[in-house]
Amino acid sequence: MSEETKSVQLPDPAKLVVSNSPHMRDKPTIARIMYTVIGALLPGCAMAIVFFGLAALEVLAVCVFSCVLIEEGWNKLMKRSSTWKDGSAILTGLLLGMNLNAGTPWWICILGGFLAIILGKQLYGGLGYNPFNPVLVARVGLLIGFPGIMTTWDKPDMWHMGIDGVTAATPLGLAPGETFVKDMLLGNVGGCLGETSAIALMVGGAILIAFKLIKWEVPLMFIGTVFAITGVAHLLNPEVYHSPFVHVFSGGLLLGAFFMATDMVTSPMTHKGAWIFGFGCGLITSLIRLWGAYPEGVSFAILFMNALTPLIDRVTISKPFGYVAPVKGEA
Amino acid sequence: MSDKPRKFKGGVHPNDSKALTSHKPIKQAPLLDAYKVIMHQNIGAPPELLVKKGDEVKKGQLLAKAGGFVSVPLHAPTSGTVKAIDKVPGPTGISVPCIEITADGNDEWGSPFEPIADWRATAPADLKQRVWDAGIVGMGGAGFPAHVKLSPPDGKKIDTLILNGAECEPYLTADHRLMLENAEDVVLGAAITARILGLDCAIIGVENNKLDAIEELNKVAAKYNVKVQGLPVNYPQGAEKQLIYAITGREVPVGKLPMDVGCVVQNVASAAAIADAVVKGIPSIERITTVTGKPVVDPGNWKLRIGTPIEKVLELAGGIKEQPAKLLLGGPMMGIAQSSLGVTVMKNTSGVLLIANDEVSQYTSEPCIRCGRCVDCCPMDILPATISQAVENKRFDWAEKLNVMACIECGSCSYSCPSHRPLNQQFKRAKVEIQARLRKKG
Repeated sequence: MSEETKSVQLPDPAKLVVSNSPHMRDKPTIARIMYTVIGALLPGCAMAIVFFGLAALEVLAVCVFSCVLIEEGWNKLMKRSSTWKDGSAILTGLLLGMNLNAGTPWWICILGGFLAIILGKQLYGGLGYNPFNPVLVARVGLLIGFPGIMTTWDKPDMWHMGIDGVTAATPLGLAPGETFVKDMLLGNVGGCLGETSAIALMVGGAILIAFKLIKWEVPLMFIGTVFAITGVAHLLNPEVYHSPFVHVFSGGLLLGAFFMATDMVTSPMTHKGAWIFGFGCGLITSLIRLWGAYPEGVSFAILFMNALTPLIDRVTISKPFGYVAPVKGEA
Repeated sequence: MSDKPRKFKGGVHPNDSKALTSHKPIKQAPLLDAYKVIMHQNIGAPPELLVKKGDEVKKGQLLAKAGGFVSVPLHAPTSGTVKAIDKVPGPTGISVPCIEITADGNDEWGSPFEPIADWRATAPADLKQRVWDAGIVGMGGAGFPAHVKLSPPDGKKIDTLILNGAECEPYLTADHRLMLENAEDVVLGAAITARILGLDCAIIGVENNKLDAIEELNKVAAKYNVKVQGLPVNYPQGAEKQLIYAITGREVPVGKLPMDVGCVVQNVASAAAIADAVVKGIPSIERITTVTGKPVVDPGNWKLRIGTPIEKVLELAGGIKEQPAKLLLGGPMMGIAQSSLGVTVMKNTSGVLLIANDEVSQYTSEPCIRCGRCVDCCPMDILPATISQAVENKRFDWAEKLNVMACIECGSCSYSCPSHRPLNQQFKRAKVEIQARLRKKG
């Protein structure tokens, strides 16, 4: 060896890390996924604030802060490390706010945050282990506990900051013929914060699909099934049943189909499963809307399908590449 | 056979970082003072040692003979003296026996065989014997003896020979440079291999990120009745089963071999080695290796003798600019992390890769959020997330039912997991456990 090569610097073997392959990792992390979903939800939030004013902002803010604080409090209590930075509690809070009415009292928001974070998520072991969508657990809990508060909706009043106490019914509660699809597309209708602007929610949904954060089969089947079933009902008896467009653009359907049913933790992992899951959600929603006791059925439908998710995952296990069916009679 | 390759399901697109070395011509490494040839370089039985301490050897002389049918002989990388039958750290970290040779500096040939003048007139059986005698193994990484693949058992008819030039591992450019600079050797090796198998044609599959190599291959391909097939860039395109599917549309059944669907797949570097062995009479004592990574001063492609210590390889590349986090043999997706510089170049060392500290992170794995990214990218269409749960609960029976044995350990699932779960590692463990149980049952 010449003198020149002797002076070459070489790695210090003691500092080499030994680990299993692969030695490269893709960029997405849980936090990145959560914040992208939050970003996709922001157009909807913005439209809610446009139509319901500062009251909407207040509901969203109280929900987000209570979810984050409750999660951190639980982590402290359980001596776990902090998790709020992964964005999942923020997302839960934001979605909870979108499921509430602009005039919801602050203590209902905090109670909702408690139900979502503790009852919906942490009691099962935290992120990734909850069988039901935490936000919907909270929403349904509140709906049963406080039916009055949860089914009173403020009338949207664009740019008018503050609530004037006038309430309006959700389009699904009105008689057919009283509703206008154009108002629903923009969000100029009564309802929860996230039940208003269809366009903003669809923009968010498009972002989620483009970033491959949700399985497009779920919203397609969910919305498609509701459209088909309510469409048939409308054709048979337009006096009693709303047009399918009203059904698609009203209530929590778009929020549910794009943001809630597609929750990764509580929906099937395979694409085949996503078809079944979306169809089930759509079917149950339509049945409740058309013939159930409640005017809205999205939450119940999704929760019910959440319960079926492990089963769906089990029956949709794919055959591996090169699968050969075992010959009968062998082993 | 259609001209459009099929796209296999799944796959990932890691940053390939091939630009570091893809433009660097292959350089011949200078003769070193000493080589440490690891004894057992092939899948199958270890070879039987023929030399002892103090023996004089010539370059190319037999050091060890095949220890069975699934085994290959070993040849001296240069002329000199056998200094010791020693131990070196093997690529998996366990000490392995090696033959240490002190070079005499003359590099004097003592090849065990002569070149075959007219391979077209030579019996396929003699050509196959030559492949075996030359100690050629799968040089893409597996190290499976080449002659075994060329010996299908009676009743298995081979109708397609595929040469694997996909080189889908990020960073590696050794096969790329080989196909670009020695296109004729590759194509000639393909033609000879085809003759051994009783075929009159062969297909070389190359990922479309090596268009210059495809062009060079095409210039000489027609002469030997070889077809060059461009392939979509998608890791793991070079995995045997995925490659066969892309080119022929056939699915190799789980637990079976390419020959079960009438195919033989050989790495392009192995094909070039076969050409050398037959036409030039040179045994497998050298290979092209990519020495690369951000911390390397002068990344490049080197023609290295088998037995070159990694320390010397890194010196050839000018050493390092900064302390790396990892030293890998092979690429970043399937390569093996090393804890020592004492490892030596083997017949299947396609790359020596240094990974910088800012390129790796010590991830803590978080809970699975069931996002399904691993399911989407799995080229074998199994459910990594679900199998991972089974392994965590030590339910290896469950993992087996979920077809963990079909896993090709490509690492796409671990690569894509946002929770940084050690999926690939869990599956390797499950496979070992399941095989151990099978052996127990007898």
